[in-house]
Amino acid sequence: MSNALEIKHLNKSFGGVKVTQDLSLTVKPGERRLIIGPNGAGKTTLFNQISGELASDSGTIAVFGRDLTKSPAHLRAHVGVSRTYQIITLFPKNTLAHNVALAMLGTSKRKWEALKKLQLNDPIYLRALELLDQVGLKHRADMLISEISYGEQRRVEIALAMSQNPSLLLLDEPLAGLSIDERMIVRDLISAIPKTTTIIMIEHDMDVALSFAETISVLHYGSLIVEGDRDFVVNHPRTREVYLGH
Amino acid sequence: MATDILTLDKVNAHYGDSHVLHDISFSLKQGQLLTLLGRNGAGKTTTMLTLSGLLKASAGKIISNGKEIHKLQPEYIARSGVRLVPQGRRVFANLSVYENLIIAAQKRKITHPWSVERVYELFPQLKDHQHQRAGTLSGGEQQMLVIGRALMGNPDVLLLDEPSEGLAPLIVHEVSKGISKLKEEGLSIILVEQNFSIAMDLADYFVVLNTGYVAYQGESSEVRANSELVTQHLGVF
Amino acid sequence: MKKLAGFLTIIFLISIPFYSGEYYINLASQMLIAAIFASSLNLLVGYGGLTSLGHAVYLGLSAYITAWLITKIGLSHGATAAIALTATTVMGMLFGWIALRATGLGFLMLTLALSQIFWGLAYRWVGMTNGDNGISGITRPMPFDINLDQSNYFYWFVLIIFLTCMLLITRLVHSPFGASICGTRDQAKRMTALGFNVWLIRWITFVLASFFGAVAGLLYVYFHKYIHPTVMSITSSAEALLCVIAGGAGTLTGPIIGAFLVMILKNYVSGYVERWNMLLGAVFVFIVLFMPSGITPWVADKISRLRNTTK
Repeated sequence: MSNALEIKHLNKSFGGVKVTQDLSLTVKPGERRLIIGPNGAGKTTLFNQISGELASDSGTIAVFGRDLTKSPAHLRAHVGVSRTYQIITLFPKNTLAHNVALAMLGTSKRKWEALKKLQLNDPIYLRALELLDQVGLKHRADMLISEISYGEQRRVEIALAMSQNPSLLLLDEPLAGLSIDERMIVRDLISAIPKTTTIIMIEHDMDVALSFAETISVLHYGSLIVEGDRDFVVNHPRTREVYLGH
Repeated sequence: MATDILTLDKVNAHYGDSHVLHDISFSLKQGQLLTLLGRNGAGKTTTMLTLSGLLKASAGKIISNGKEIHKLQPEYIARSGVRLVPQGRRVFANLSVYENLIIAAQKRKITHPWSVERVYELFPQLKDHQHQRAGTLSGGEQQMLVIGRALMGNPDVLLLDEPSEGLAPLIVHEVSKGISKLKEEGLSIILVEQNFSIAMDLADYFVVLNTGYVAYQGESSEVRANSELVTQHLGVF
Repeated sequence: MKKLAGFLTIIFLISIPFYSGEYYINLASQMLIAAIFASSLNLLVGYGGLTSLGHAVYLGLSAYITAWLITKIGLSHGATAAIALTATTVMGMLFGWIALRATGLGFLMLTLALSQIFWGLAYRWVGMTNGDNGISGITRPMPFDINLDQSNYFYWFVLIIFLTCMLLITRLVHSPFGASICGTRDQAKRMTALGFNVWLIRWITFVLASFFGAVAGLLYVYFHKYIHPTVMSITSSAEALLCVIAGGAGTLTGPIIGAFLVMILKNYVSGYVERWNMLLGAVFVFIVLFMPSGITPWVADKISRLRNTTK
């Protein structure tokens, strides 16, 4: 069984600034990987390269054995890569159900149907309701995204990503801006995701992140400086120096 | 007994037809750090926006240094000494750190006026990057910059809205240290924070909001003795 | 409720020639043609989120090709229509490929540039286009031996095509593909991450817009029986854009209402008010100030508020 994610010697620069420096990373299928590091360490930039929004300068990215390095961004969802964003990028003028339905259309041939109205009792909408139920938002399915709270929007982000049955899920600061009670709801949602989906998460909330992580990679100025299991990384002097404090 | 430097008296606010703040009343004493807690949507940021004049109170009064400020335009409220550091770390991305600070300078009669050098003393990392474009700074440095920028206005009251949001633990620690130093120097501060442990460390006074109402307010000594008081209103643990 | 209103509107539209004078029937034909053109641009601007200042080139190309084939070659109407529509749509494919190398302001400039090239050609290539004199002598088709020179028959001809186009556009906009067009307008980056080929979706939208623009051009040249380069000018494109924005971009009825408004001011009010251009300008300023999303969204909002208060 090939690795869920295999990154070899990845490099990326913006002008003179090296945001990813000779980064190599391997994630096993079903793993729960946490990526931490100071702001500006290149964590989101790494995600952008894995999801294809950003082209790397050199190095390779392979997902479940498939080399995706040169593959266009819109094809990655079809290979099982899904992600959420730090800043919410939902469709504000549409209902929750429509948001999830649109996500499902992304990897379906049905997106090319041009002359038949998408009815509200379409199987896609019914499946969307099921997914919203999983994140506890079925009762809000007909509301517009702009009408629900920020915490609920974060949950819809996760529903969107899960709607495509991803084999590799990238969560970029899924708890950002959430209050304590909301964090717990989202934490439970993430824990409930089956092991058939490999998860890589960027997070600063140490309470949640540490309980989630099996392996932790610490990034600093675009390089991997510490990697290992939870105890190893948390107690490592470099981690404390650069990220956690003493 | 320290005087009240900022008082909210039955303040109400609306977003269109939606009544979001209900009869909010509390006071900030001079030199005190008051923390505003509550779930998302409880009205914390709305309260901050109303205090700074960016949202007009629909009823009630806000009194700063004996003057009613709730009817003033936001620029005048800022100039009168109540400065907001909003969420989101919005620096002037194309200006340097130094330029961001100097642009915000305003002379006011306070005991220890602020200068760029004093801000650098508070946040040494800003000095290291002083000629760098603010848009290229890390999140933590940007947070320090926006606090510094507010300080350059020589405020009497600083309103800090979630300064630790999205920052790495080490940086959160450094920003907290900075806020603590400001408190030591006698600045009066209202702090909105999701991070409960920071709130506990820094706060002298607690105000907990729930769906636009004040659910609880009290001295931190009271809260430390009975932490359940606050957590029951936040619905945690 | 909506269906009833739509049904009544169609009955109303069909009935116009039965009680109106020739002037008004012709005015109604022009309004429907303008509505098709505005709706075609709305696909690109309102649903695709791609603002174009060069849409008149499709109206113009289709009109000129038709004019040329009928007057210079004497080709039959059926063949002419087929060639004009196909050729213009193919140009739309090419222009789309060029213009979509950019987005936003760059896209706007490219669409403008491309239409200006053909506007210039229409003036200069006198051998083909008669330049500033324009091409006259175009005849209207005679489907099933019906004489379309009669204003009422021509009006119903236009109405049938208008209703067909609106049916197709409505179906398109409510389909899964339509949902993906709107998606690329609202969150292009997200759409890419979800697996949509954003460039391809935009390009197809561009081509569809050019096709329906070509249909409008065909009807336009049949109506006027004459074509002149001004039809491809930037003013013409800008006017179409104003129709879409004033009526409500991204709605189905918006561009129709916008087109009706502009046509009434241009062709009817201009008979009574010498400075009708100023009136047009004033109306647009009014709309931007008080109905910034356009007429249709404003009306829809007022109706839903009324419904909410009577609940």
